[in-house]
Amino acid sequence: MHIMEGYLPAKHCLAWYSVSAPFFAGGVWRIRKILAERPQARMNLAAAGAFAFVLSALKMPSVTGSCSHPTGTGFGAVVFGPAVMAVLGAMVLLFQALLLAHGGLTTLGANLFSMAIVGPWVSYGLWKLGQRLGWSVAVSMFLAAALGDLATYITTSIQLALAYPDPVGGFTTAAIKFGGIFALTQVPLAIAEGMLTVVVMDALAGKVADIRKVSILAGETR
Amino acid sequence: MAKSSRSKWLLLGTVALVVLPLLLVEGKFAGSDDQATAAITHAKPGYQPWFTPIWEPPSGEVESLLFALQAAIGAGVIGYVIGKRQGLAARDDAEH
Repeated sequence: MHIMEGYLPAKHCLAWYSVSAPFFAGGVWRIRKILAERPQARMNLAAAGAFAFVLSALKMPSVTGSCSHPTGTGFGAVVFGPAVMAVLGAMVLLFQALLLAHGGLTTLGANLFSMAIVGPWVSYGLWKLGQRLGWSVAVSMFLAAALGDLATYITTSIQLALAYPDPVGGFTTAAIKFGGIFALTQVPLAIAEGMLTVVVMDALAGKVADIRKVSILAGETR
Repeated sequence: MAKSSRSKWLLLGTVALVVLPLLLVEGKFAGSDDQATAAITHAKPGYQPWFTPIWEPPSGEVESLLFALQAAIGAGVIGYVIGKRQGLAARDDAEH
């Protein structure tokens, strides 16, 4: 769930916009480079964006008795690198802000930072770590997607705590409070996203060995 | 483990994760962003958002229509890519 329209002070909106803008520009540059160097990857790039589109639309019930939705950004971050997700994530956020009154235009910079920047970079970092430590492809993909999803909502909680520190306990108390709303709700959804990401990797890559799947999806090998 | 059976178990697990909270947890299952709005209003009584959405779906039905549209567009693209790739693989097999 993204930060609602008009619920971040204008200064914060501006600050998050300026933090996110360079990542967005970097993402545009990265996508142009990928399309120029390996045009055969364009369909999988579209599928990575589509995956984020689907998962962001699925509001699921959670153990906290409330609903939230996954982000779907981990898959594209692992296959094409985290930079591209800033652009693909922006498309999802814009669709939801304009047509669904979900998230918002003033809070777009902040939501872009949590969903399309922090989440994907955490996913990518975990994927790289998994490769270095010799985890299996499925386990690495699962953890990358699940924890990237969770990182997004922890970031949202921190962003709201910065804007609305608790009158008594300050930032920390507020972060725990918003974390209880967003991050805790997100735990089972993050696990679901991890599992669905492995399913979509298998479906898109087809009948090849696990170890080759990501490079095939990225269009680096055939 | 064969790939198709891995997907089957993962999909079953996902369904279980969605269904179990509904069965085991008492709750209204409202959106977590509405809860956050409530928490903000609680911390800062009388807070008014300084900007409101330019357009809002006129009803819950229209909103769910648009959410379904979003999911359908995404699923459609993914399905197209999977089908296209299988078609190309079949053509490659036929040529060799």
